[in-house]
Order: sequence, then structure tokens, then C-alpha cells
Amino acid sequence: MKGENKLNNLKAGSNLEKVLASGHFACTGEIGPPKSADFHHIDMYAEGMKGKVDAVNFTDNQTAIVRLASWGAALRLLYKHGMEPTLQVVCRDRNRLAIQSDLLAAYAHGIRNVLCLSGDHQAFGNHPGCKGVYDVDSIQLISILRKLRDEGRFECGEECKVAPKFFIGCAVNPFADPFEFRVIRMEKKIRAGADFVQTQCILDMERFEKFMDLVRKEGLHERVYICAGLMPVKSPRMARYMQTGVPGMLVSEEFCQRLEKAENPKEEAVNITIDYIKRCQKIEGVHGVHIMAVAWEEIVPTIVEKAGLLPRPTF
Amino acid sequence: MIVAERKPIEKILEMVAPYKKILVAGCYGCVTVCLAGGEKEVGILASQIRMARSKEDNPIEVLEQTVERQCDAEYLEKFRDNIAQVEAVVSLACGIGIQYLAEKYPKTPVFPGVNTLFLGANIDVGKWEERCMACGDCVLDKTGGICPIARCSKHLLNGPCGGSQYGKCEVSKDVPCGWQLIYDRLKELGQLDKLKEIIPPKNWLRAKGPRTLVREDLTLER
Repeated sequence: MKGENKLNNLKAGSNLEKVLASGHFACTGEIGPPKSADFHHIDMYAEGMKGKVDAVNFTDNQTAIVRLASWGAALRLLYKHGMEPTLQVVCRDRNRLAIQSDLLAAYAHGIRNVLCLSGDHQAFGNHPGCKGVYDVDSIQLISILRKLRDEGRFECGEECKVAPKFFIGCAVNPFADPFEFRVIRMEKKIRAGADFVQTQCILDMERFEKFMDLVRKEGLHERVYICAGLMPVKSPRMARYMQTGVPGMLVSEEFCQRLEKAENPKEEAVNITIDYIKRCQKIEGVHGVHIMAVAWEEIVPTIVEKAGLLPRPTF
Repeated sequence: MIVAERKPIEKILEMVAPYKKILVAGCYGCVTVCLAGGEKEVGILASQIRMARSKEDNPIEVLEQTVERQCDAEYLEKFRDNIAQVEAVVSLACGIGIQYLAEKYPKTPVFPGVNTLFLGANIDVGKWEERCMACGDCVLDKTGGICPIARCSKHLLNGPCGGSQYGKCEVSKDVPCGWQLIYDRLKELGQLDKLKEIIPPKNWLRAKGPRTLVREDLTLER
């Protein structure tokens, strides 16, 4: 997916798109907005990631817990720090009317990357009695963004005079079931309009490699940019918990044991992540990494630096 | 069928606290089949109310009557004599029956004795499961006869979310993933290709407010 041609033919023109289109190995970070009405942590983590990542994801009420809005956090990054956000949008909390409206505002403000997700079920969060919306699913959401961008039309078919032109992202989970369906689903997302993929965090590299075999067999890596999701896990206990207690995650024994055997698990967490980045760089069809350091955002710059991903390309 | 369950007795006692003479109204339809509001359950609830009130030294007279269907005006007529004698009614019909009963007897307060839960099937002794959400635009032809609206916790139309694992839904290990069921069924039918279709955003058919059905072929006959 390399070459001048791609750079001259950008869909949204975001920094992330340029990095990927120019054939560089992309590197993105993620910040989970706080459960409070302030930007303190966002500012702190953003400063740390400045110049170290190509874009920063802002999660949208992740695990169905009320948090500062992802668009609000994304704007902070844009205006205060001059960095590029990737706005995560889940289908759980808004209908197609609210989502399209939010995205008009997001684009008008300068947001260019959007990641479309189903969203964790409301049962996980701190308002389990709420009514989940799920008016559209993530694939339909992707198609709505594509229709706005490429046809200048809302979902209903009406014209949008100044239509948002987003670089459209989707998630892919190689660790969920039915495994064989995951590639079919990824292809549907691409056909619906996804330009880039960020995978669920890879804590089982063999399974991911097996998944990528299937992806290449279908030629999907030539139709979409694939960024491998990586998560530094700082405690062996957390790794074991994710191995058994989090639906849709697979954690390999090797991953758990490396943390358990380490004298300094935090240091080992960084080492594992760096190893995984290097393995991802060798997998044909992986175009970048997305580092999700949940509740450990400050470690991202260290990982990026030690993995030899600096300096980041500029355009 | 419509699946319902009896409200806790405390809630019902609270509703009927101001009254000395009431009717417990049952239904021989769905609530009889799901053992929530048929003749037998009417008898049980009536006894519970009488006992609780006589224990409090505040006796109450409770009439009992069950009709074929409370969602049908013809059968609701049968309640007329009893309702004329009482101060209030506790209906053990589904939410539809309760409302229709209240509509037909506007001068008498009607209270719900059950919680109406879902449209489902009796899959085992004492176990019912939701199967349909009455969306009004059936997609079962595309999904191997298993409904993604009712059986996927997120009502997804284009396949399982990333929370599906080992055949279970992310919501609970006791809940099968609806899309895993669909996948397995389509595989068995040799129709996995159907999963490749991108189903567009659904019309939830709410544009006209509460839904109605008018069949002119039938209305013209009147």
C-alpha cells in the first residue's frame, strides 16, 4: 500500500493517513478520558506523547463508564497541544441522528480520524440499568461515514453541503469467536468503507500471526491499513485476570509467565511490548502499531523510544 | 407467547391497601401457559391477599375470575358484573390485557399483578427465553432463523461484536452469543455466504408513534 500515488490521493489528509500512505510504520497512542470534568490527566499524557505518536485515540465511555466525552478530549488535544486525535465513536450511546451531528461538529473543528466501534455493553459499566441505543452497528456506522465522505449524503440520503471527510477506522478482534468469521467481518468492514484497522490488543502473538495468515490469504492487507493493537500490562495479576475474566481477549501463557517470572514486572511489560512491536514489524500486512496503555498512559513515550520508532515522520 | 411473572406480593398489597373489596382478574392466554396469571395463579394471589389482610386485622373481600383473553373486548365483557361490585381490580394478564381492561372499565382502578417481560418460548421446565422483539421487519431469512435483534445483546445486524468468545455473549457466561448461534446454523445449512451481506441501518418503524395495523380487507367487511 506504499507509494506516491496514495499520498496524492488522500481521503481525509490526516497525519495518520499520510504516515500510512507514505509507507511509514505508524505508531499511535491512546488516552482514556477521566471520570471528571477536568483536563489535567489528558494534558499531562498528551505532553508526554507529543512528537512520539502519529495520533492519539480518545475512548468513548470505555467499558460503559461515564467519562469526559471523547470529542471534548479530542478538541483539547487539537487546540491546546496541536496534536492529532482519533475520535472513537461507539454505537451504544447515540443514535444515527446524534452520531452524524457530533461528527459534523468534530470535522468542523478539525478532527480527521474516526474509529467506529460497537462499544462495550452497558451491563459492564456504572449505569447497568440504562437503555443501550445500538440504533446502528459498527459496520453501518462505517458505511454512514463513507456515504458522507464519498457521496456527500447523510444516512437518510439527504445532501450534506459541506460533508465531513474522515479517515475511517474500525476495530478487528482476532481473539474473539467465531474465529473463522473474524476475517469475513473484517472484509465487510473494509467493503463498508474502513480505511484503517486497529486490532484488539494482542496478548497472544501466535494467534495474531495465524489471523494475519488468513487476512493475507484474502488479500485484505492490500485493501486496508492494519495497525496492531498492543497493551503493556504492568502486573502479572492483571494479565491472569485478562486471561480468564475479560470476554473477547486471549492472553498466552508465555505472556503471563514472562510477567510472573520477571523481577520487575513493569520493566518486563515494556520489554514485552517492544518485542511485540518488533514482531509486528516483520509480519507482512501490518502497517503500524496502536499502543493502548490503559491506566498507564505515561509509559507510551518510553516504549516508542526504546522500540526505535523515533523520530516520527512529519509532513 | 408473551412471558410474564407475578409481581412480589408486597407490591400488590401496597396497591390494594386502601380497598376493602377487589377482583383478581386472570387470563387463559399466554399468562396461563407461562404460569403467571391463569386461574390457578388467580386463586393463589387471592388467598395471599386475604391472609395478609386478615393478619393485619384489616380484612378484604377478594373476588376471582378468569376469562379467555383480556386482550379481546368480547371476553372483557364477562367481567362486568364482578367489576360493578368491587373498588379495584388486580389484573394478572400481560400489559396489553391490563391496559385493555382498564380502558373498558374507566371508573374502576386497575392494577398490574404481573410484570410483562418479553416475547419468548418455554424452552425447559420453568425456563423461558426471549426470541422476538416485534421489530416489524423480520430478517430471519438472512440469519438462519435466529433473530439477531432479540438474541444479540446489542441487536447487531452484521455479525458478532468483539466480545463473543467460546460461544458466549460478553454480557454473561450464561448467555449464548446470538451471532455464534447464527454462524453455527448457517454453517450447518451451507449458507455461510449469507453473512457477507452488509445489512444497512434498520428502519425501526417508529415514525408513526405507537404502531397500529389496519387491514382494509377486513375493515371493509364491516
